[in-house]
Amino acid sequence: MSYHSFLLEPISCHAWNKDRTQIALCPNNHEVHIYKKDGNNWNKIHVLKEHNGQVTGIDWAPESNRIVTCGTDRNAYVWTLKGDVWKPTLVILRINRAARCVKWSPKENKFAVGSGSRLISVCYFEQDNDWWVCKHIKKPIRSTILCLDWHPNNVLLAAGSCDFKCRIFSAYIKEVEEKPAPTPWGSKMPFGEVMFESTGTAGWVHGVCFSDSGNRVAWASHDSTVAVAEGGKTAVCTSLTSETLPLLCVTFITENSLVAAGHDCYPVLFVYDSNKAALSFGGKLDIPKQSAQKGMSARERFQNLDKKATSDTKEAVLESVHKNSISQISILNGGKAQCAKFCTTGMDGGMTIWDVKTLESAMKDLKIV
Amino acid sequence: MSKNTVSDRFRKVDVDEYDENKFVDEEEGGENQQGPDEAEVDSLIRQGNLMGALQAVLKNPPINTKNQNVKDRAEGLVLKVLSSFKSTDIEKGVQSLDKNGVDLLMKYIYKGFERPSENSSAVLLQWHEKALSAGGVGCIVRVLTARKTV
Repeated sequence: MSYHSFLLEPISCHAWNKDRTQIALCPNNHEVHIYKKDGNNWNKIHVLKEHNGQVTGIDWAPESNRIVTCGTDRNAYVWTLKGDVWKPTLVILRINRAARCVKWSPKENKFAVGSGSRLISVCYFEQDNDWWVCKHIKKPIRSTILCLDWHPNNVLLAAGSCDFKCRIFSAYIKEVEEKPAPTPWGSKMPFGEVMFESTGTAGWVHGVCFSDSGNRVAWASHDSTVAVAEGGKTAVCTSLTSETLPLLCVTFITENSLVAAGHDCYPVLFVYDSNKAALSFGGKLDIPKQSAQKGMSARERFQNLDKKATSDTKEAVLESVHKNSISQISILNGGKAQCAKFCTTGMDGGMTIWDVKTLESAMKDLKIV
Repeated sequence: MSKNTVSDRFRKVDVDEYDENKFVDEEEGGENQQGPDEAEVDSLIRQGNLMGALQAVLKNPPINTKNQNVKDRAEGLVLKVLSSFKSTDIEKGVQSLDKNGVDLLMKYIYKGFERPSENSSAVLLQWHEKALSAGGVGCIVRVLTARKTV
């Protein structure tokens, strides 16, 4: 597990390139900085300046090496590398509120942008006009879309929203692809069709993720719950209420295990058992440093009792690696089926790379199914 | 002077009501929710079966109903049960509840904080401490984010 502190401000969002040597991140302003790994150091090699508002989402397409960014200035740009310079292309999203999140589809021929205008813009490239065009998914979204994830079939899109629901939409664009085969979520998939809508959890949906096969979707909600739904004739929804602060991001690391992180500043493992349709807590994934226990004098004990009403010897210092909320998790190696490494960035401006094998051996009761 | 500058009644119009994009919660049938059974709970308290009274009073919470009286009555009943516990028994009482029970108990505790009466806050604080150690911070977050509460 390695921690690197990039900035003093929060990292709004980040994205990795295909071979994981470069990371594009937004340092809480209007720019995107690209850092390249050089031994143990990270050097800033590019600064992408085009947005007029904070950049809220970045996604880097691994195969076509294009970056898409979206921001609070209601715009999205697709950046292509020409020689040694990243050149932007404006995409008109036709939204009248900030864009919140953006994701390339698995085949990289379209991308989806979630926004505060209560709609999702699905954008694709029109060859005839040499221009990115977008289509809107509006119904039945009632509030801001906070997070998006694509299904491996390039058509279905999961969206978490501030209207307390996680939904799966069809984003089938007939101009760029063939009709998709039936999936456990349904067989008829016209554009904008709601294939699944969650029930049962309250709270804004901060993070959503499809499993590697696409048959399961997990989401983290602001009422401190994590839920998994499995597609099928009747979509089975299981949720787990947690004892921690709300989680902000969630990802599958195998078909049955999820890692989520949020306001508690450490990643947490959850295990889903499909036979029992039950979600259970797998363990905290942060290996705390064993700090030497200093003996407390009687005076200090009474002072603590007087000031804080407790004679606890724990200091009010976070023992986790991240010192502030973790806002984004991304998979580095192994994909969502057999993840070997994942990366978290947070509001403390730091980035941590977690190695799954090391965590498994360090935490005795951890079992990643 | 023109007539329409005389009256200022237009200032009292709630414009948010006319916003067509206004978020309206889903209506779930709450008409039949009567809250916990008063007679049952009273008899259990009189018998001294406080654990039973706690379980009984947490049944049938008036979450979906719009009737404020039902909610007030339920809250009063819960407060009665919580006050009749001895301080040392509070922890056992909380342990006997499942996860949903602890969440519901926390909702009632915060509702009780809203309208403090003579000794209620002290009793509620003791219950709050024990419920917090059982349910964690997540339990409180769920009280804050619940759209429909007791």
